[in-house]
Order: sequence, then C-alpha cells, then structure tokens
Amino acid sequence: MAAVTSPLRACRGILKELRIAKGSDYRNTLVYKHVLEQFRRNQFCRARMDALHAARTYLCLLTSTRMHLRLHERYHGRGDRALEEVAGLVGLRLPTQPGGKGWET
Amino acid sequence: MKYQRQFGQVIWPFSFPQGQHVSILSTHLQKARYASATTEKRKFYENVSISQGEGGLYEINLDKRKLKTPGGKLFTVPNEALAIAVATEWDVQKDSLKFYTMHLTTLCNTALDNPTQRTEEQMISAALKFLETDTICYRVEEPPGLVELQRNEWDPVLNWIEQRYNVVIGSSTSIMGPQIPEETKETFRQHLNSYNFWSLTGLEYVITQLKSLVLSFGLIDRHLSVEQAVLLSRLEEEYQIQQWGNVEWVHDYDMYELQARTAAGAMFVHLSSESTAVKRKILQD
Repeated sequence: MAAVTSPLRACRGILKELRIAKGSDYRNTLVYKHVLEQFRRNQFCRARMDALHAARTYLCLLTSTRMHLRLHERYHGRGDRALEEVAGLVGLRLPTQPGGKGWET
Repeated sequence: MKYQRQFGQVIWPFSFPQGQHVSILSTHLQKARYASATTEKRKFYENVSISQGEGGLYEINLDKRKLKTPGGKLFTVPNEALAIAVATEWDVQKDSLKFYTMHLTTLCNTALDNPTQRTEEQMISAALKFLETDTICYRVEEPPGLVELQRNEWDPVLNWIEQRYNVVIGSSTSIMGPQIPEETKETFRQHLNSYNFWSLTGLEYVITQLKSLVLSFGLIDRHLSVEQAVLLSRLEEEYQIQQWGNVEWVHDYDMYELQARTAAGAMFVHLSSESTAVKRKILQD
C-alpha cells in the first residue's frame, strides 16, 4: 500500500502541493477552500473511502504533474545558448548566405 | 503580429547582426509558430475564477475573458469540483502556459469538441475490443522471474474483476491472446451503458494510458490507487529496471507522465458521473 493511507496525510499532501504550485497566497485559492471543505464534510459519512480515494488521486495528479514537468525542463528543455555560440564551442562558424536560401519564409 | 515580435530574435532573419540566414532558423520559425498554437504560450491573464452560467454549467474565467475550447465553443463543465480543478490548472501556470501539463483541461476539451465525432456506442465497443489485447491477460513464458511477477501481481486483479462482475476472462501465453467469452463482453457492455459521454471519454483515456481495461476498471472502481494501477501497467518495465537499473530521464519521466495522465483520467470519470451519483444516493436514502 502506498505511504499515504490516512485522510490527514492525503489532505496535508495536497495542501503542500498547492503551496509549492501557488506560492504564499495558496490559502486564497478556490481549490484550497474546496479541499478543506471536502475533508471536513467527508469525515464520517458512508462515502469516506470514496472520498479518500479521490483525495489520493488528486494528490497523485498534482505530484506527478510537478515531477514530470521538473524532469521535462531538466532533460528536454530548450537550450539557452544562441546557435552561433554552440557552433563556436566546437570551433565552427555558421555559413553566411546573404540572400537566404530562397525557399525559406 | 504580437507573437512574431515576441520571438523576434528567432524568426526575423535580419535581426541577426551579420544577417545570417541559416536553414535551422526556419525550423525554429516553424517551431515558434506551432509552439504558440500547441505546446506553449505566454500567460496572458492574472486571475482565474469560475462562474455558473446557463443550465447550471460552470465556466472558467481568465481575467475578464471566458475560456473557450480549441474548437471555439464556450468551455463548460458539469460540476463545481471539476471546474475548480480545471481553474487550478490554469491558475498555477507561470510565465508560459504549458498545455501538456493541463490534463483535465485537455479532457474537457475532448469531451466538448469531440473532434473525432465518436458516439457512446463506438466508445463502448472500442473499450470492449481492447479487452482482447489487455496487458493483464498477456503473459510471457520467460524469463521465470517475470513470469512469476506477472502471476503474483496480475492474477489477483484478474480474480478481483472476475468476481466483482461475475465474468470469465482468463490469461494466455499465446500470441493470439485470451479468448473472451461473449457473455463477459455483454456484462461489461451493460455496465458501460450507464456511463455518460464524459465518463466514457475519461474511461477511454485511462484505458489508452494503462493499456488495460482490467486495470482501468480496477482504478475506476477504487480497488486500485493510481500508483498501483500504473505500477501494474508498467510491470515489465519495472522488472527490467530492477535487472538493469533506472534511467531517470526515460523511466521516471514516463512513469510520472503516465501517473499524471491516469490520475487526471480517473478524476475526470469520477467527477463526470458524480452529479448523477449524488442524485441516485439521495433517491435511495
């Protein structure tokens, strides 16, 4: 079973993700209020396990999206060097074609 | 015009000091134009809010403007929780909008625009057809470690679904896959007939991600968590990772992307069927 089994942990996890995503004013967001309301409301009702599954699913969504984005930017992000600089790194220069190649827009 | 100037340094060949014009720039030009349309765009709003419009449907507001689908329709969502979740996807974007992280929005767009004109019947039939190539049912004959892992991890899920729905599915090591009895398909068809179009859209998405109808049902019926379903879907990869080691920029990348998409799909299904579920519960009480 995953580490997040209790409603409290799921709730804390979601709020932590929101804080990471939104910064210091995460408490002013709609989603913060909605999440807290859902946790309060579902504490003792019959659909408690359903609500817990929903909470864990949302936590998984937030965490996985963040981690995926992090890996994406680390490994698949756009380079920050200009093309000439990159060419210059290996001692090459780009060709000069003052008229353009004709077929380019 | 605005976007051209934004990417001015890349697009406009004469902005380079030597007026160099290299072929790779035209690819950048095309990429920049496509980028603004599909993958990334500058964040053009400050505040995100939701409001309730006609027919009780919820709309997403980006500053003063109402969000629209790629097809030009007004973006509407049947319940508040889903609206809030979608609004949050837009709210957490930083300077550039990364559409590939906005899975719930994408699912809503698909449901609203229905670009491939699917009918509910087609979606149900496609889902049932998938059962014939279900990951869970396809077993290897070697290596023995993987055979055992598949048996230990996948058999319980198969048992669960066969009991839960009173059907026979079975697994197979042949290249043709398992023979799914017609009664099994009929049972599932009856069950899926209770899904509305949005829920079917979500379910189809989850099945495509997990490559398994059995695992999708396990997740949707809350027998499995997202992490468990993804792990079971990627069982062979995980086995190979244990044997040969993990490569972060492939394995973790794939895993997180799969988890994010599957989680979004599951949430989408649950929330899309929620309004009717609440009504049913009230009627039952």
